[in-house]
Amino acid sequence: MTPATKDEIRDAFRRGSAVAIAAAPFAVLFGAVAIDNGLTIAEAALMSATLYAGASQLVGVELFDHNVAPWLVVLSIFAVNFRHVLYSAAIAAHIRHLTFWQKATSLFFLTDPQFAETERRADAGIRVSYIWSLVLGLSVYVPWLCLTVVGGLLGNLISDPKAIGIDVLLPIYFMGLVLGFRSRANWLPVVLASSAGSILALHFVGSPWHVSLGALAGILVAALMPLDGDEAAVGDVVEGEA
Amino acid sequence: MDTLFHMQTLLIIAAGAIATYLTRVGGYVFITRMKRIPPRAEAALNAVPAAVLTTLVAPAAVTGGLDVSLTMAVALLVGLRLSLLPVLAIGWVVVMVLRQVIG
Repeated sequence: MTPATKDEIRDAFRRGSAVAIAAAPFAVLFGAVAIDNGLTIAEAALMSATLYAGASQLVGVELFDHNVAPWLVVLSIFAVNFRHVLYSAAIAAHIRHLTFWQKATSLFFLTDPQFAETERRADAGIRVSYIWSLVLGLSVYVPWLCLTVVGGLLGNLISDPKAIGIDVLLPIYFMGLVLGFRSRANWLPVVLASSAGSILALHFVGSPWHVSLGALAGILVAALMPLDGDEAAVGDVVEGEA
Repeated sequence: MDTLFHMQTLLIIAAGAIATYLTRVGGYVFITRMKRIPPRAEAALNAVPAAVLTTLVAPAAVTGGLDVSLTMAVALLVGLRLSLLPVLAIGWVVVMVLRQVIG
């Protein structure tokens, strides 16, 4: 191993560990909420291992509890993760030099922080190597998985989430994510339309349709708003989930 | 807990994992093959995260009871200034205090 490679590994591990610490409460939260919503610890761990996308995992387990149709759970997971399409499009130029399998594996780890760190490294004029991407990804992935199990074990001990206040953490977490996107075009009209749409749909149609109907209201508003010039939509999506 | 996995849950997780992976490779595959996205489609895609996530917040804030509504209002105000983790901590403290006070 060359000294340069060692430096890359050290840099990736250091940055990945910082992300892992910030994301730790969410991994524990996910594990606990998953158990609370009727998943087993093995299922929660499998979800962290294969989806590896915090917000969509929380959305997914939230819907599990509402007896939502399976296709709608999958569609919701897809919808929440749709921003990754923009991420992988944005970093395409930075990872084009990798081989097919290197791209196929490193893109599995493409979370919000992985995207942000990749953009930052490329901005600094450093080539994004496979080993750097992989170490960065794994140093977030492994703690995420382990802490999901820890959260699951804690979740089994908690009989009434309301008594210890963790029932509000999920809506607050999602609100934080929504606020994180507020620099985007049409953010306020979209949020207002989705809020009104989901509350009305919950009242008149019922759960779980309020999720898709409310989201549709916001997306339609965005599509119908006047377009103002060439906004770089791909570049300004760094903020978001932890 | 008698079983490790339930069939339907397993299938949902598998489908969700495939859907998630497709979003992670999709943009790369798409952008390396195409030059331009129609602006209105781009505006719609750009709104997807806020639109979807809002539907998980607004109904909860309205129908969750006075303690939850007040907590969400406080979290919204501090959320404009602080990052996610402090907002979660403050929200948790507020709801615990409110539940002591209100009942």
